[in-house]
Formats: sequence, structure tokens, C-alpha cells
Amino acid sequence: MTALPTRKLEAWRYTDLRQLASIEFAAPPPVVAPTLPNIDLPRLVFLNGTLAKELSSPFEYVHNFQTIAEDSTQPLALINAEKAHDGMTLHVPAGVDAGTLLLISYAAGSVPFAFHLRHRITLGEGAKLTLIEIAKGEGVYWHDPVIDISLEQGAKFAHIRLQDESREAFHLATIRARVAEAAAYDHFTATIGAKLSRTEISATLTGTGALAHLNGAQLLTGTQHGDFTTVVAHKAPGCPSRQTVKSVLAGTARGVFQGRIEVDRVAQQTDGFQLSQALLLSPGAEMDIKPELEIFADDVKCSHGATIGALDAEQLFYLRSRGIPDDQARSMLIRAFLEEALEPVTQPEARALLEEAIDNWWVKQ
Amino acid sequence: MSTTDMQALAEQKYKYGFTTDIEMEAFPRGLNEDIIRMISAKKDEPDWMLQWRLKAYAAWLQMEEPNWAKLHHPPIDYQDLYYYAAPAKAQPKSLDEVDPELLKTYEKLGIPLHERAALAGVAVDAVFDSVSVATTFRETLSKAGVIFCPISEAVREHPELVREYLGSVVPVRDNYFAALNSAVFSDGSFVYIPKGVRCPMELSTYFRINAKNTGQFERTLIIADEAASVSYLEGCTAPMRDENQLHAAVVELVALDEAKIKYSTVQNWYPGDAEGKGGIYNFVTKRGACRGRNSKISWTQVETGSAITWKYPSCILQGDGSVGEFYSVAVTNNYQQADTGTKMIHLGKNTTSTIISKGISAGHSNNTYRGLVKISATASGARNFTQCDSLLIGDQCGAHTVPYIENRSISAKVEHEATTSKIAEDQLFYCRSRGLSQEDAVGLIVNGFCKDVLKELPMEFAVEAQKLLSVSLEGSVG
Repeated sequence: MTALPTRKLEAWRYTDLRQLASIEFAAPPPVVAPTLPNIDLPRLVFLNGTLAKELSSPFEYVHNFQTIAEDSTQPLALINAEKAHDGMTLHVPAGVDAGTLLLISYAAGSVPFAFHLRHRITLGEGAKLTLIEIAKGEGVYWHDPVIDISLEQGAKFAHIRLQDESREAFHLATIRARVAEAAAYDHFTATIGAKLSRTEISATLTGTGALAHLNGAQLLTGTQHGDFTTVVAHKAPGCPSRQTVKSVLAGTARGVFQGRIEVDRVAQQTDGFQLSQALLLSPGAEMDIKPELEIFADDVKCSHGATIGALDAEQLFYLRSRGIPDDQARSMLIRAFLEEALEPVTQPEARALLEEAIDNWWVKQ
Repeated sequence: MSTTDMQALAEQKYKYGFTTDIEMEAFPRGLNEDIIRMISAKKDEPDWMLQWRLKAYAAWLQMEEPNWAKLHHPPIDYQDLYYYAAPAKAQPKSLDEVDPELLKTYEKLGIPLHERAALAGVAVDAVFDSVSVATTFRETLSKAGVIFCPISEAVREHPELVREYLGSVVPVRDNYFAALNSAVFSDGSFVYIPKGVRCPMELSTYFRINAKNTGQFERTLIIADEAASVSYLEGCTAPMRDENQLHAAVVELVALDEAKIKYSTVQNWYPGDAEGKGGIYNFVTKRGACRGRNSKISWTQVETGSAITWKYPSCILQGDGSVGEFYSVAVTNNYQQADTGTKMIHLGKNTTSTIISKGISAGHSNNTYRGLVKISATASGARNFTQCDSLLIGDQCGAHTVPYIENRSISAKVEHEATTSKIAEDQLFYCRSRGLSQEDAVGLIVNGFCKDVLKELPMEFAVEAQKLLSVSLEGSVG
């Protein structure tokens, strides 16, 4: 197996995988009676890393799983390529609006186990798709999905993810999107579960007017570690990119955001924006932010902003003075804080799913 | 921007590119224990100093040259450099004894050394290559109890201070270049401001690299005792040479309770020619420790020179209520590369830091801001504000921002913002329509872009810096 990345690699400076490396992972056991979300949408269900046909609904654009040679040097993508034996291969032909699909991964087992899903999503010219991805589970496991996305001219892909894995699990996702002229990749990941997680997204804008929207919310507590890493590569002129990442950290949780905007020489009129904000709710929490700009074109507008702080005492006081109990006031402020990142999620089922997950998280605090 | 304008920019001459033809004394090329012993003996150093150097040398041999910066240069052959060079007639007792050739050099540089020094009210500890050749105003300063002398002299005359503070902010093993400097540093300035004293004048050192193939390794140590305050100015120019020259300095600042240190730099070393040939490699470690309550250290830098700049003036905010500031303008042109920024390490309660960085890249240059704001769990009520803006002039250059923000304190507030843009057409048009020439308009806009930093400079420097910026970017936008 390719070696796990270490903190000596700049990209892994803030996330230490040694605790993952120390665990012996077995092959995935069979799952009995999974608890799956009740959402009325066509779905694909993977149980411990294998497609469960009986739980999935027929979706005409899904094809048989096929592997494709891994040509990157990303350690996790290489490990996944060596081990993957299942995943979703989805192709939406040109001009088709495929609606909304649910992709569920459920994992459970009594001994530590690992599974390596490899998904591939391609949208033809002008095609449309909304994918809601949910990852849940119980017990100790390692889930390292790789999702490769290719959007042809004018295609629109909304990708909404809820990472709600077992609190003992490791979730390391690698998502790579190539976005052609006038196509749009709209991404949102809510990170709530896993003991240690990393969502690494790279979006490459290859044609004029291609858009990438990479948003995220991390809600972490206890000793959780959540890492949200993005790279937006502007390789064509006139592409906008937007990133809004919000982290709420309780207990002694540690949140990480690393975001890089790369602008090629040819990518004039780039409009890149990135915002990363974190709320620390308790004294032991930690947030590490590394927003990077790498710019080689002169006619560009790129900016990033980052803030880290506690809940605003004045806002809290304002709500309290209107008779709102402390607990509820805090919850309102946190919801408001997250709203900016959630905004682009407009699909009703996805929206309801995320709002419920956020509210549940708060109730448990 | 038009090609001709770019050409005008590239062809702009380095006006300090003369060399002074005086007799130099140099040790053999290369670095080994013998060279270090020779340097130490030359300086008449006590044994503890020699041992310190040798320890540093041993540490350096174990270390590797850092490669994380966004910088590209051919490997440096450390055995091909001279580690010590000094004018043969060293140690003059008064200005009259100073080599007239040297004085002429300083005059060309515009240093207020002779009577001009009195008018300007600036004390100059001019470092010519490795030996401080003239120090003025020492009497006025000594009346106030201020010690301002070459560090080699401080080693002999004030060993208790040097031993206590040297290497206490930048440890010998801190990094590759700091270790090298610790082993071979030849001279630099030493400043001690006693308790409660406000230094009666601004102190200044003009460094100048003259001898060919000589690495310049100065070491500066400034200590502001309780409630003391000082403003220190450092300027750098170097003659034109084809080979790349190495410059690895270390500057250490210590501020005790209620003390204030303001350190300003205008760095204008030779940047190399339009093809990227020659120029200074500037690998500098600058760090200040706010050890005392309510102490303050403020770094202001205008970096226009050097082929390569690797420099991160930092503050360790240890004392409760201490304040760190970093104001920087970095201009790169032609094939210059700059990787510069700061580190603010918040340890004490209610510590505050401000970072304002303005990067301007033109030609084929690359300009990177790299900074760290670290707030430890003990730093309750800490506050940081960071703003880094980049301006690109031309489509062959690069501007990069790499900030690291690490916060473990719930009551801390950290804000960071960065923007990258080019000179706005409407601003240019506005200025042009008021009858300003293209060059004046660019100069005006660039100076406006840098205003937040330039206003922090002491008056003497502010004027020079503004001129330097305008000259650097003459005819660069069309």
C-alpha cells in the first residue's frame, strides 16, 4: 500500500494520521439491519463499501463500476485506487436533467475495518444533476471515498454532502472536479461526524465562465478533528469561484481549513473569493486556517478573509434582553453564523436534511 | 501595459552600483573551524564567544538549507565565499582617521555622517563590510546612559549584557541561516537603553556590502530595559556585482516591561540586472521578544532590493498586554524573488498584533507574503488584525499569499483579509485626466496603496522610501 501522508507534507501540516496508521483494519463484515434516512428520492445505498441492490432504486444513468488508472500523486487517491472494488459510475448524457439522486454510505461492524469507494460522475453538455450524499455508521472504520467529477460545457452539478459518520470513524474524502466552459460545480459539505476527518476538494476551471462554489460547515465537539481543504485552479479566463467555510468548535475539537486559489497566467478576469470563519465555543477548542493565493495573472480580483472568535457577547446580550433564553439565543446565533455557507443549498430535501443535522448537533451540546 | 513601458522599467538603473577601491583584508575562501577561530581572534574575543561560535558551527553542519519558501536559486556553495573582509586600516579613533575613499562612498549614499549628521540628528554606526568604521554621537548617547556600539566592542566591554541576551531571541539552532550567522558573524550593532530612558535620538546603521564574494553576516542586538524606548533605522545598499552575494543577518530585539522598540528598514541591496543576473541573496532572521508587561515592538520594512529576499521579522508577545506590529512594503521587479512576512506568537494575556503587508510585483518577479499568527491557549483576550494586499503590474509576474492562522484561545479575536488586484484603470484615468503624466499617476497610486505602511516610517526614511517606490516603478503601467 502507498504510505499514508505525514505532517511533513505541507498539505498535511495540520492533520496527523498516525492514529489511523496504528489501527489494524480488517475486511468489511456484512451489515445487519442498517438504519437509513427516510427521504423520498431515488437512491444508491452502499453497505460497508458494497452496493446493496435491494436497498437501492433503479436510476437509469448509473453504470457498472469501473476502475480508471490513478494518475495523480495524492497519497490517499493512490491508496484508494489500489483497494477500491466498488463505487458509483454515473453518466448523465448531454441535455438531460437527471433530477436528484441520493447516495448513501452506511457502515457498521464490531472490529475496525476499512472500505474504499471510488465514484465517478460525468455530466454531458448542458446536463443537470443534484446529488445528496450521506455517510453514516457505527463503530470503528476507515472510509476514504474518491469522487471524480467531470462537467462538460454548460453542465450544472449540485453536490451536497452530509458527513455524519460514527464518532469513532475516520473519513478521508478526495473530491476532484473538472469544470468546462460555462459549467457550474456547486459543492457543500457538512462535517459533523467522525473522530478524524478530512474533505479535500479540488476544482479545476478549464473553460471561460466555469464556476466553482465550494462551501462547507464543520460542527465539531469532544476530541473531533475536522479538516476542510480546497484548491481552486483557475486555468481559463473569466471564471468566478466562491468559497465560504464556517466552523463551529466545542469541547477540545480542532478544526482546519486550508484553501488555495491558483490563478494561471492565462486566467485573466478571474474573480476569486474565499471566506473562512470559525466560532470557538469552549476554551480547549482550536482552529487552524491557511488561506492561500497563488496568482500569475495581473487583471484579477482575488480576495480572502478569515476570522476566528467567540460568540459575540453583544449579540447574545441583545437576544437575552428580549427575553430569549441563553441556550436558544446561542443556537440562533450559531444558525445565523452558518447561514451564509448554507445559502446556496436550495434543493428542498437537501436543505431540510442539513438543517435537521445542525439542529440535532446543537441539541446534543 | 505596453512593451516599451516594461522595457523602461527593466532598464531602470541601480544608482548605488559603484564600488569603492580601497585595500581590503580578507581571510581565505571557505568555512571551517579555523576560519571561525581567525574571526574570533581578529575581534579579540573572549573564549566564551569563540565557544559559542564553534557550537553554532557544529549545529549548522547538522542542519539543512530550508526549501519551503517560494524561491528558486542555484545551490549556494558555502565553501566558495569569503567569511571575513574588512578595510585594512581598521579601528579609526576619529572621523579624520577614516579612509577618505570610504567617506566619499557614504557621501554618495547620502548618509549624514559628518556635520550633516548633526543637522539630521542621526547617529550612524556605519558598517562597511564587516567592521564598524565610524560611530558618531556616542558621547551624547553615553550621557543618557545609552550604549550604541559595534557588537564586537560590546562583546569585550559589556560581556554581561551580551552573554545574557545574545541568542536568547534567535537561538543558535533556530534555522540554517541563523546558525551560520552565529558561527561567522563579523560585526553589527549593539544597543542598550537603560531603565526609563527614552533614547535622545534615532539610531541608525547603514550596511553596505562592498568586497566581491563576501558574505555579509551582521548581528544586531537591541535591548530596551524597563520603560525605555528607542527607534532604530537600518538602510542597505550594495554595489553592482555579477555574482550573487550572500547576506545572512540576525537581528534580535528584547523589550522588557513597558519598553518600546521601533525598528525600521529600507532594504535596497542590488537586485540583479534585467536578465536576473547577479544580485544579493538576502536570508535574514529578525525577531523581537516582548518579554515585559505592556512592551511593544514595531517592525517597519520597505523591501525594494535583493535578488532573493527571505525574511520574516517576528514578535514573540510574551508579556501581558504586549503589542507587536509589522508594516511591510515589498516591491519586486525583473527576476527578483521575495518571500517575506512575519510571525506573531501570542503567549501573554491581552496581547495585540497588527500586520499590514503590501506586495507589489512587476516584470518577471515573484512576491510572496508568508505569515503566521499563533494564539496559544494562555493568550486570553488576544487580538490580531492582518491585512495583506498585492498589486500586480504586468502579466509575467506572480503574487502569492500564504498566511497561517492558529488559534487556541476562545477569547481571542483574529481577523485576516487579503486582496490581489492590478492598478485600476479608472484611478489611472482620473489622474491622467487631471494632467498627471502616466509615471506620476502610477507613482501616486502606488504610494497611496502603500500609505498605511509608509506613514509608520520615521521621517528621514519616509521621504527616501517614497522616492524609492516611485523610481522603482517608473513607466511600469500603460
